[in-house]
Amino acid sequence: MAKVLVVTSGKGGVGKTTTTAALGAALAQGGKSVCVVDFDVGLRNLDLVMGAERRVVYDLINVVNGDAKLPQALIKDKRLETLHLLPASQTRDKDALTDAGVARVMEELRDKFDWVVCDSPAGIERGAQLAMHHADVAVVVTNPEVSSVRDSDRIIGLLDSKTAKAEKGEEMEKHLILTRYDPNRADRGDMLKTEDVLEILSIPLLAIIPESQEVLRASNVGCPVTLNNPLCAPARAYADAARRLNGETVPMTLPTERKSFLDKLFMRRAA
Amino acid sequence: MSILGIFQKRSSGAVARDRLQLILAHERAETSRPDLVLQLREEILAVIANHVSVEPDKVKMTLERGEGVSTLGLDIELPLGASGRLDAKLAAKIAQVAEKAGAEAKSAAKKAA
Repeated sequence: MAKVLVVTSGKGGVGKTTTTAALGAALAQGGKSVCVVDFDVGLRNLDLVMGAERRVVYDLINVVNGDAKLPQALIKDKRLETLHLLPASQTRDKDALTDAGVARVMEELRDKFDWVVCDSPAGIERGAQLAMHHADVAVVVTNPEVSSVRDSDRIIGLLDSKTAKAEKGEEMEKHLILTRYDPNRADRGDMLKTEDVLEILSIPLLAIIPESQEVLRASNVGCPVTLNNPLCAPARAYADAARRLNGETVPMTLPTERKSFLDKLFMRRAA
Repeated sequence: MSILGIFQKRSSGAVARDRLQLILAHERAETSRPDLVLQLREEILAVIANHVSVEPDKVKMTLERGEGVSTLGLDIELPLGASGRLDAKLAAKIAQVAEKAGAEAKSAAKKAA
């Protein structure tokens, strides 16, 4: 049974696109067939983070309008057989997306894949609402920062009122991914603690992604972080999140970078 | 690049700069004609349809944006028996359309550079 997942946040720049690429790739690495869909019409970026920007021929709007069939628009990942991308349009307006058209494409995607991961645009306007409308599961991406937590609260409100599930009176399954988490700063009291964010938003925690230079490095080269360096801390956190989404019970830990013997030796001397 | 640099892997920041420069050059060139690919597909299909019946669904179009030029790939499934009718005249026409597309992509890339 296919599941549609929306990655949303309200606030921009918190890591929705990074999370969409990393989770999509992690689910595919776990043997599932996955399509990641960019809903950020006019400002597409998922293609760039996935490293497929040079191969985009058709986009979501072309498929919605019937200019191209879905299989013609899907871009198959060069590294993972079971991972596909449906890019957003760069030149059109989001108003070109009709409700009925999006519903038809989502149904078609459901038939083809195990997981459909939708990357929502920032904000709470129509684009964000279209991205979440057909979701079965929502991943709310939040930074441990007041503005991000407040915006996430608004988005949770929309997930519970403006989605197809909510309209049918069903409960939307929601999960929190806390990104850019720095345990040292949280320990010093300079950052919102995980428990604080969880208490305020009161949705279950799916993963804590530690602040890491590996995230930028992966987007620089156009590769999801779980594929670019599967052993780094953020990649392991995303891989665990993907397993939890598939129903596995994985103990929640905060992954840290594994230091080599030489690093440790050097650190001890410097200290 | 320094002597040391030969032994080092290129930094991810440098990869990022190159990727951005390339894709932005293409996007700036394409803003004047955002539907070029769509139009090319329709016209090429129309030419082929003059000779054989082709299902639009059985056409796969790929694009690879490169430095200076883009490569447009068309994978058309011709129905059984159609290949015999794919005569020299049609082949010439396809080549002509493809050449025109190549020239347009080249000039667009030049404009962007």
